[in-house]
Amino acid sequence: MTLKLRDLSLKPDLFGNGHGLCAGCAEPVSVRQILSALENPPVVALATGCLEVSSTRFPDTTWKVPLIHSAFENSATTISGVEAAYKALVRKGRMEDRPLTFVVFAGDGATYDIGFQWLSGALERGHKFVYVCLNNEGYMNTGIQRSSATLLGAWTTTTPSGDARPGKPEWHKDMTKIVAAHGIPYVAQAASHNWKDLITKVRKAEQADGPAFINVLTPCDRGWRFEPEKTMEVSQLMVEAGLWPLYEVVNGKYKMTGARQKKRPVIDALLSQKRFSHITKNADDATIAGIQAKVDEEWDALQALCNMPVAAE
Amino acid sequence: MSSQPQSEQSRSESPLWQQIQPGGIGVNPGSTDRVQTGDWRTEVPVVDFERCTHCMICWVDCPDASFEVANAKLIGVDLKHCKGCGICAQVCPVKCIEMVPDSAENRETQPSNGASSESAK
Amino acid sequence: MTTTQKQAQKPSSGIKLPPPQAINGGEAVAYAMRQINPEVVAAYPITPQTFIIEKFSEFVADGIVGTEYINVESEHAAMSACVGATAAGGRAQTATSGPGLALMYEMLWVASGMRLPIVMHLCSRSFSAPLNILCDHSDVMGMRESSWPMLIGASPQEAYDQAVVMPTIAENKQVLLPSANVLDGFTVTHSVERVEVLPDEVVKEFTGEYEPDIWALEPGSTATFGTLDANDYYFEHKRQQVEAMKNSLEVVRTQLNAVGELTGRPMNLVEEYLLDDAEVALVVLGSSEGMVRAAVDEARAEGIKVGMLRIRLFRPFPVDDVRKALEGIGAVGVLDRAIAFGTPGNALMQDLATSTRTMPDRPLLMDFVYGLGGRATPKQLFRQAVDEVFKMNESRVEPDEPAYLGLK
Repeated sequence: MTLKLRDLSLKPDLFGNGHGLCAGCAEPVSVRQILSALENPPVVALATGCLEVSSTRFPDTTWKVPLIHSAFENSATTISGVEAAYKALVRKGRMEDRPLTFVVFAGDGATYDIGFQWLSGALERGHKFVYVCLNNEGYMNTGIQRSSATLLGAWTTTTPSGDARPGKPEWHKDMTKIVAAHGIPYVAQAASHNWKDLITKVRKAEQADGPAFINVLTPCDRGWRFEPEKTMEVSQLMVEAGLWPLYEVVNGKYKMTGARQKKRPVIDALLSQKRFSHITKNADDATIAGIQAKVDEEWDALQALCNMPVAAE
Repeated sequence: MSSQPQSEQSRSESPLWQQIQPGGIGVNPGSTDRVQTGDWRTEVPVVDFERCTHCMICWVDCPDASFEVANAKLIGVDLKHCKGCGICAQVCPVKCIEMVPDSAENRETQPSNGASSESAK
Repeated sequence: MTTTQKQAQKPSSGIKLPPPQAINGGEAVAYAMRQINPEVVAAYPITPQTFIIEKFSEFVADGIVGTEYINVESEHAAMSACVGATAAGGRAQTATSGPGLALMYEMLWVASGMRLPIVMHLCSRSFSAPLNILCDHSDVMGMRESSWPMLIGASPQEAYDQAVVMPTIAENKQVLLPSANVLDGFTVTHSVERVEVLPDEVVKEFTGEYEPDIWALEPGSTATFGTLDANDYYFEHKRQQVEAMKNSLEVVRTQLNAVGELTGRPMNLVEEYLLDDAEVALVVLGSSEGMVRAAVDEARAEGIKVGMLRIRLFRPFPVDDVRKALEGIGAVGVLDRAIAFGTPGNALMQDLATSTRTMPDRPLLMDFVYGLGGRATPKQLFRQAVDEVFKMNESRVEPDEPAYLGLK
């Protein structure tokens, strides 16, 4: 099916306006794209975070779909309960069966860190849901603290750059591959600037026979220190520098999605974000070389996975 | 347990504890629409509709759902909600959107479905 | 009034009862859960709760319940799944003990704040550290202010009877709060006794189905559950919970009466034993009742006018019922099975002190800590407590510090 924005624009907006997310925030962009991509009516579980506090302030809500927020770490489990209730209500004849898509929106903190166990449990149990990680590489809602998704070298308020330690010392967790290791039918990485790629992935995720996971890079202009109009450009630079490869894992098979990936040095992406200014001010900085080397290594490993033959199903 | 919508209830009316929805359930879908986030803006997008190809890239990349569309055509900017981030001007493939300082004069240069110039600022 | 009778009476409704079961408290709860047939059960195994979920899993495996059983990976997830299921529109239950309750603590408050009528069976157990799997009321006291109505039973029979009544309390539209059925770890969960059960169809009729006004799976629903309250609404939502807790007290009374009609086993908010002419009394929670009653009987045989008050409805605390029961009593020994560290009185003591403070002739109070970490408390120790309370009644001097029964 060819994807046309004009067709999508005819669909009702399920995430409205008047929310309190920052000017230039990538999250509502991706959320609207994802909701418009779904074929079935969604039931959403939302983790505590920027998106939640900015869109659900009582008595108002930005949402036009049923939504449940209960806490920070547990949205995968909240949706497990919803999906289970759905099955039981239908089984007991208390509700008619109808196509629904169970969706989670959670940030990287809620996914990589505090909600890791809840997500893993829900994936292992095999509930049918689409888990979307809106990954802005840090705890932006609480004021730009580091998460395990934060890139090495990045300034955050808990990894400030100083003489003894230049930003975050650790390489980030490769959550997408960790999720893929659960053997679920659909896993993907997407980015805010590439609506076509994201929507295509959402549609595949919705059709998956089991849990699906999409890790969407959603650049944060406040946290990454760039001007709000640059959100899509920064998102694209992250992909083009190989810092955020776009790929999918369909029933265990890795595949790159989209061209124009890793065609630039990482410095191009780092320079677009002032959270790296303490290392980019010196082009010879060893940290930059280290990041480049690690990105090259991971890129090669990813290509190897994509080229790996899989046993016939 | 009341499921009465409270859509017309604003914070300033200060409802009593007996009058609000128990459990904090939000029963007014999309009601943040009433929040005038256009107040945040320092720059306003001006669309040159002569050159606009209605590709909808600005619409799909707008964080604030502030591009008004009808029948698959771009028809205006919702200035009640547009926060003036400027993403639209950056992503427009034909560069027909320009960010200009937000002023009553500049706001009036284009159609806006979201609010009148007065209420938008 | 002596309502804590072990002998089952004939059901006043005249229904034909199935044969009694020789089962333990955990299995008795699972039996009721099977009859209630909730949409979702989400639980994580922990001693001494495991009998409940193992037995219920068998019902699921055999396909005799319509329930979706979620084998969650932690107790926090158990309560999280129940929150999701209930907001979705299903009836959900869970069961846990001590440290498991501690792990789900955040979600206890979320469940009550979201007004989701989840039922939890709490098999009381101590809190670590040191690690101890046995019974005390550290967990019970740990959740006492979380806006959950809490009933504490004293036997497998009561664990069953209360399990039947719980959903009708939680889901009452004047309440809409998660509610806990507390059964003491091991002494109730693992004790096999003759348990009279109701016919399946009677329980089904009594408990009905969960019929929420707003639910996420309702076709066309656009509700947002779990919104953010700033300083403009939070206070008001908490005040609503105060009212819901207040409302729950009479709902519990009515529903206990209703189920008592069915079973022929009356249940009250507080259970009195030989209080009518008593000069002193012991106040107790849960399964220690039996041993306390034996101590009371022994003291009575020696001419000491002592009675016992067991509090079944622990939250909301039935202040009026307690005051009424203790009217004319000169001195009361309060039996606390948990320590509220650093406070001017352990939990039950605080409740009694607050409840009785404005009584014209308030009874003198003395706190006894007993049974921590499963420490056996034989009859002689409760008897000793009776004697000390009797002495306090004579001297009219209240001790500042609690006594520790059975401490080495």
